[in-house]
Amino acid sequence: MAVAKAKSAGLEERLAACPVPAGGRWISAARKAAVARLQAMGLPDRRDEYWRFTRPDALNSASPAPAAVFENSEKPVFDDIDRLKLVFTDGRFDAAASDDPVLAGVEITRLEEAAKSDIHWARDLYGVLEEAGQTPVARPFAALNTACATDGILIRVSGRVNRPISLVYNHKSDASDVNLHHIIQLEEGAEMTLLENGPGAARFSKVLEVDIAKGASFHHIRAQGRDHERLAITHLFVRLAEESRFKSFTLTANGRLTRNEAVITFTGDNAVAHVAGAALGDGDFHHDDTVFVTHDAETCESRQVFKKVLRNGAVGVFQGKILVKPGAQKTDGYQMSQALMLDDDSQFLAKPELEIYADDVICSHGSTTGAIDEEAFFYLRSRGVPAKTAEDLLVLAFLATALEEIEDAAIAEDMRSRLEGWLERRR
Amino acid sequence: MLEIKDLHVKLDEEDKQILKGVNLTVPTGKVHAIMGPNGSGKSTLSYVLAGREGYEVTQGSATLDGVDLLDLDPEERAAEGLFLAFQYPVEIPGVSNMTFLRTAVNAQRKARGEEPLSATDFLKLVRAKAKALKIDADMLKRPVNVGFSGGEKKRNEILQMAILAPKMCILDETDSGLDVDAMKLVAEGVNALRAPDRSFLVITHYQRLLDHIEPDVVHIMADGRIVKTGGPELALEVEHNGYADILEEFA
Ligand SMILES: Nc1ncnc2c1ncn2[C@@H]1O[C@H](COP(=O)(O)OP(=O)(O)OP(=O)(O)O)[C@@H](O)[C@H]1O
Ligand SMILES: [Mg+2]
Repeated sequence: MAVAKAKSAGLEERLAACPVPAGGRWISAARKAAVARLQAMGLPDRRDEYWRFTRPDALNSASPAPAAVFENSEKPVFDDIDRLKLVFTDGRFDAAASDDPVLAGVEITRLEEAAKSDIHWARDLYGVLEEAGQTPVARPFAALNTACATDGILIRVSGRVNRPISLVYNHKSDASDVNLHHIIQLEEGAEMTLLENGPGAARFSKVLEVDIAKGASFHHIRAQGRDHERLAITHLFVRLAEESRFKSFTLTANGRLTRNEAVITFTGDNAVAHVAGAALGDGDFHHDDTVFVTHDAETCESRQVFKKVLRNGAVGVFQGKILVKPGAQKTDGYQMSQALMLDDDSQFLAKPELEIYADDVICSHGSTTGAIDEEAFFYLRSRGVPAKTAEDLLVLAFLATALEEIEDAAIAEDMRSRLEGWLERRR
Repeated sequence: MLEIKDLHVKLDEEDKQILKGVNLTVPTGKVHAIMGPNGSGKSTLSYVLAGREGYEVTQGSATLDGVDLLDLDPEERAAEGLFLAFQYPVEIPGVSNMTFLRTAVNAQRKARGEEPLSATDFLKLVRAKAKALKIDADMLKRPVNVGFSGGEKKRNEILQMAILAPKMCILDETDSGLDVDAMKLVAEGVNALRAPDRSFLVITHYQRLLDHIEPDVVHIMADGRIVKTGGPELALEVEHNGYADILEEFA
């Protein structure tokens, strides 16, 4: 009882700090429902099983600790990729810095605009996938985001989009506390690629709800980096209909606290979903990948590949689950989480889980923690490769199976060069 | 010229002496062979020369053309022209053979103050050498030694040697695991590299490799020392009589 009381007191303060915005009928209903959900579940505390490895305190507090804006001369990610760029600065859409949001086969609306009308197509998704993703595990910050997100992008895709849509999150103010909420709906047979990059804010919460209809295909690549002091909590909710495809890759470098939750549900047969991540942490770095894949259809393939490179006391967390529901026969589920420790000071905490209620399935999972392979290291050096270069080669080799999930060669190359840059700067 | 003098080596971790005073000189342009029973210290000698960790040199010296090898990092030894073809080549998942070779070649060039090879020049070089060793282009795209057969791994060692063109080549049982044809290929690869400014130290158990790569001098190693040195006929003697007679002389 005492615990519940303390929880709700913290929640009142948290909600008071990010008031639920006013809006039209459809969004007001969704926001109100989200507040009710949040009040029922409360904010997480350290006793919550789902928050055992990552302390939620910095996310619970009414306002974030200031995070210095990190300036460097490195060219931003995706700069050389032909894309439609939509920019948010400290959580507000920045029209001047953005491209004209016009692209064949796509309808793009700002959440702030759509929220003014009484009815909008996004009603069927906004907070809907989030709500479905609240069972069996509560995700309070996602509900909070649905309740108080002020901006975001609503994208409806009807055809094959030939240019990626790129969401850029700038961080300009030390104290910004941001909730962004995006909706993407891919109609039957549609295809698109979404790019995301940038630190976003001092404390950045983002929810992305994606509905992939029959035969549609969604490719997602994001880079979270640059800022050292930022906090981020992100949620990706994906619903896959039959024969749809989804691939996601996230590169994270730096950041005091990042928790990326991915909640993926197969509702139609013969669909494929791959989620991958590569995280590089040096020093004050805590990175948490929390993934929940639900197979509720037949003959679907899911694949999770998460890799972390840690040094100087960096902490990596992986919580991954594959749930195969009764009747989800011929499921092919795979999960791999691995950490490469570059010294003895770092830490990797992993909780891989399988829960299977169908008999004709193939599911495998594994989790490893290791150091640089001494034999390989010596072999490279014996051929004249300097120690640091040899180490970098082995780090990139370790990350290779995660990077392979990027389909576009130019984007993959961009990611690889970011990794190389990060490694080089740490020599 | 490789000069090893009174080299004593023990394991880092335990108090186990493995090399107990090795004396060996391989003059420039010569091919020397080392034979010796299992566990006599042949691989240890080659590892210590290449700079592998885990060993402690307690006494003695090893120089290549006057440069103290034991003072250098492994990559510096390589840049000085030392090359070890491993008895057990290492698999490196995630690093392609091409990336590996190119990084190695250009790192050595850089260490020697030379310009890096252009992508085209490098490709030409690799293609030519690979062709001679019957290594197909597909294998070069694959990760280093991953999924290679035993014989393919050994051929890959010789390919690296041919591309890096070192001045001192140590071959640790490069013949083991090779079929007759592969052995010929490897021997041809080695012979093609024989040059007045390049020396070889060939570690083997079998005369058949020495049929193809004719050594100038043969050494017998036993219990961490070179116990006998002679001409090519010494290898034939081992082939016929084993080590018993030779070891008895020194018991
Ligand atoms: N890291 C190690 N730990 C324990 N023992 C070792 C280690 N390295 C070498 N030795 C021991 O040192 C001795 C010499 O080994 P080495 O591999 O050099 O022999 P070798 O002459 O190459 O034998 P082979 O002909 O079988 O290849 C052996 O008794 C071996 O067990
Ligand atoms: Mg040996």
